[in-house]
Amino acid sequence: MTAPLLQVSQLSKRFGGFVALDTVDFNVAEGERVGLIGPNGSGKSTLVNCICGTLHNETGSVTFGGEKVDGLIAHERTRRGLARSFQLPRPFMSMSVADNIRVPLLYTVAARVGHHVSKAEADERCMELLKMVGLDAKAAKNPRDLTQVEMRKLELARAMAAEPKLLIADESMAGLSHSEVEDIVTLLIRLNERGVTIIMIEHIMRAVMSFSQRLAVLVSGKKIADGKPDDVIKDQEVIGAYLGQ
Amino acid sequence: MRTPAFIFWQVAAAAALYLVFRHLDNDYIFFASYTVLQFIVLSTAWNILGGYCGYVNFGSAGFFALGAYSSVCLYTIGQSLEELFPESLVAPMQLIFPLPLPVLIIVAGMVAGLVGLGTGYLTLRLRGVFFAIATLALAVVLQTFIVNWSFVGGSRGAYVIPPNEIPFFGPYIQYLFVLMLVLVIISLTCARLIERSRLGYGFATIRDDELAAEACGVPTLRLKLIATVLSGALMGMAGAPFPFYIGYIEPGSAFDLSYAVNSIAMPMIGGTTSWAGPLIGAVLLGTLQQVATVTISSAINLLIVGLLLIGFVIVAPGGIVGLWQKWVSRSSKA
Amino acid sequence: MTATAIPVRQRMDIPFDLIINAVIAGLLLGGFYAAVTAGISISFGMLDIVNIAHPAFILLGSYIAYVVNVELGVDPIVVSILVLPAFYALGGFVYQVYYVSFEKYGQESLRGLAFFFGLLFVTEVCLLLIFGVDYRSVDAVYIGSSVRLGTMEFPLRLLVPCLTALAMFAGLQIFLARTFIGRAVMAVSQDPLALRLMAVDPTRIKRIAFGISIATASMAGAFLIIIQPVIPSVGRDYIGRIFAICVLGGLGSLPGTLIAALLLGIIESLTSVFYGPSWAPAVSFGILLLTLAVRPSGILGR
Repeated sequence: MTAPLLQVSQLSKRFGGFVALDTVDFNVAEGERVGLIGPNGSGKSTLVNCICGTLHNETGSVTFGGEKVDGLIAHERTRRGLARSFQLPRPFMSMSVADNIRVPLLYTVAARVGHHVSKAEADERCMELLKMVGLDAKAAKNPRDLTQVEMRKLELARAMAAEPKLLIADESMAGLSHSEVEDIVTLLIRLNERGVTIIMIEHIMRAVMSFSQRLAVLVSGKKIADGKPDDVIKDQEVIGAYLGQ
Repeated sequence: MRTPAFIFWQVAAAAALYLVFRHLDNDYIFFASYTVLQFIVLSTAWNILGGYCGYVNFGSAGFFALGAYSSVCLYTIGQSLEELFPESLVAPMQLIFPLPLPVLIIVAGMVAGLVGLGTGYLTLRLRGVFFAIATLALAVVLQTFIVNWSFVGGSRGAYVIPPNEIPFFGPYIQYLFVLMLVLVIISLTCARLIERSRLGYGFATIRDDELAAEACGVPTLRLKLIATVLSGALMGMAGAPFPFYIGYIEPGSAFDLSYAVNSIAMPMIGGTTSWAGPLIGAVLLGTLQQVATVTISSAINLLIVGLLLIGFVIVAPGGIVGLWQKWVSRSSKA
Repeated sequence: MTATAIPVRQRMDIPFDLIINAVIAGLLLGGFYAAVTAGISISFGMLDIVNIAHPAFILLGSYIAYVVNVELGVDPIVVSILVLPAFYALGGFVYQVYYVSFEKYGQESLRGLAFFFGLLFVTEVCLLLIFGVDYRSVDAVYIGSSVRLGTMEFPLRLLVPCLTALAMFAGLQIFLARTFIGRAVMAVSQDPLALRLMAVDPTRIKRIAFGISIATASMAGAFLIIIQPVIPSVGRDYIGRIFAICVLGGLGSLPGTLIAALLLGIIESLTSVFYGPSWAPAVSFGILLLTLAVRPSGILGR
């Protein structure tokens, strides 16, 4: 049995007196499509931040690709193939949409490949990514001119531009229409078929159920369920957590 | 245009300027424009860290003075070889000293760059405001050290006596003027190169959203250190010829607050997103101040700079370059 | 304010009273420094506004106290209390400009800093133009005499401002901890959403807090000119001290500010005695750099 691509063991994180994450164990195998759900404030984004290095966990460890990444700063984890989109989009406002995509290409991909990515190559990959999310017409626009929905797509495309082994999509579908949600799910599945492991954090159950091969549930900083999606949603504790709030 | 062409046009413009001034045969023009050129270098240097990366440096005077005082130090060594070195070494030392100004400039750049690296390493992992405050602290600490260092004159100051004439240029001030022109070309080329390179993208992401930059794989600390070293080194290089320009240097004039204010005001008024901004700001404000100091008073002149800074920061944050860009896009839409 | 440097040879047998009195002077100065820094503890520590122009407002307070003291003979501390409302209003106005121009758009960092720096500069130059480079000082009954307890000497020109400063400081602490608005001020940067849910406008709270912060500058200015003669550039010496104390004490913690201020006062005073007063500016900035490098959250930081 091969080691999981991502191994989170006994991870805890506190903010002053508040325990955001409590000894969370979470593994993701290579090539998997995992969904992570939980009520607001359950610690999902904190978990993502700890995995990606934006925050540092007090106890427990994060292992990626067999390597302990706890001490590594965020950009080094990205370079090792761990990418994430932000729940509230954070585009670079002083550059165009295309340039936003260019940044991970220039810094993450180039560092991994070991040589400079030529301008032509970068442009090509940019447009390819923008086409995938349907933003190619707005390549030269400033993120300020995008709608909320388009900003979310940009956020996702920027994470994809880092050519990750593991992509964490943090609520990328909030506010999207029915067909747009389907488009993104199809996009992510296609990405997965190309070999990218994906963790989807979402509230839109339709999307999570159609996408995930495995589902984990986080409530008040603790993982209360982890298994086949159909089994998990029938779990009494999970139902209680969502309905009994 | 490509960089070699850019350099060529700068050199051409610089040569033309020099020849025109030389033809006018008035040393005062050289003295006055030297200050403006100095400000171009300082503003451009400040902008690399401040405008491109978004990290404010309040201690430009400190880096400038570091450059000035490293020159003073080397000059004083050259003047006191017999006291400092044993008999056997005096003769070979006399071959090396006095060091030519270009060498002093390079040394000053290295010293200032190193100090920038040290300060950056200590404080750049914190929030931008702490870096800003630390640069303020640095300038004062440096000034206190210099005030207490009698070798370079301490609070009493030091005299630096350059030769009156120099081969090829004639009056020494013209030599200084040309050296400063070279520094201007170096700093503008540097700034422009950064803007168009991967480094420029990296700097911009740091300014826009450091957290997202890290998530995209940008090594933010390393880039910030590069910016700090570059910025500090350029400021130090601008300071290196200063003792020779002014003849008598004491900590008050070297660490003068006007350097800190001007190196912030000029880029912010000119425009922080492009290499042209600091240039425009420095030329406009620098010339204005030269005129004002002579006609009104130096205090009122600084007051005007301060008011302009506040005004522009509130009303036209993009500076003159920003205003021009808006005007151009508006008239192209019409 | 402090003794001249002692030559190295004699340092070994420095009289004990000299050290004691240096420590006392340091403590008294520390109390004063706490008052000077209180404003920044609020604006920077709690509101996250980097008002590096604070020393300029203090100088403004000093000069106003000077003018009224010289013209009408009123005690400087009394003057400063009388002009408190004006300073409060000034603070509110400055915050409003800051908020409308920068905070609303999230552009605080670069432009906000440049704004306050410009303000610092303009104020200093204006004071310079009006009052010139001569040192100005005030006249009050207590300046010049001291209280003696054995070998310990408490110069009144240090003692009176220190005690008043501590009173002001205590008043601030009570206000922040016990009143609704005070607690709202402490909460505003940590949880503005919670404030909104309680139907309190965070902007209004910040404006009040910033007004208070500038009002403290009025009193700090009076203290300053009692302790030492002033010229406009004195403000810049205090920038380092203020931020050193603020960072060392832990942002947003008034008690921490007090402890850090007393510490800084003592260290500065002793440095002056052993190494000479010309090293004093380096002390505060050196401490600042050290704290930022080693423990940026300070002694009692959150």
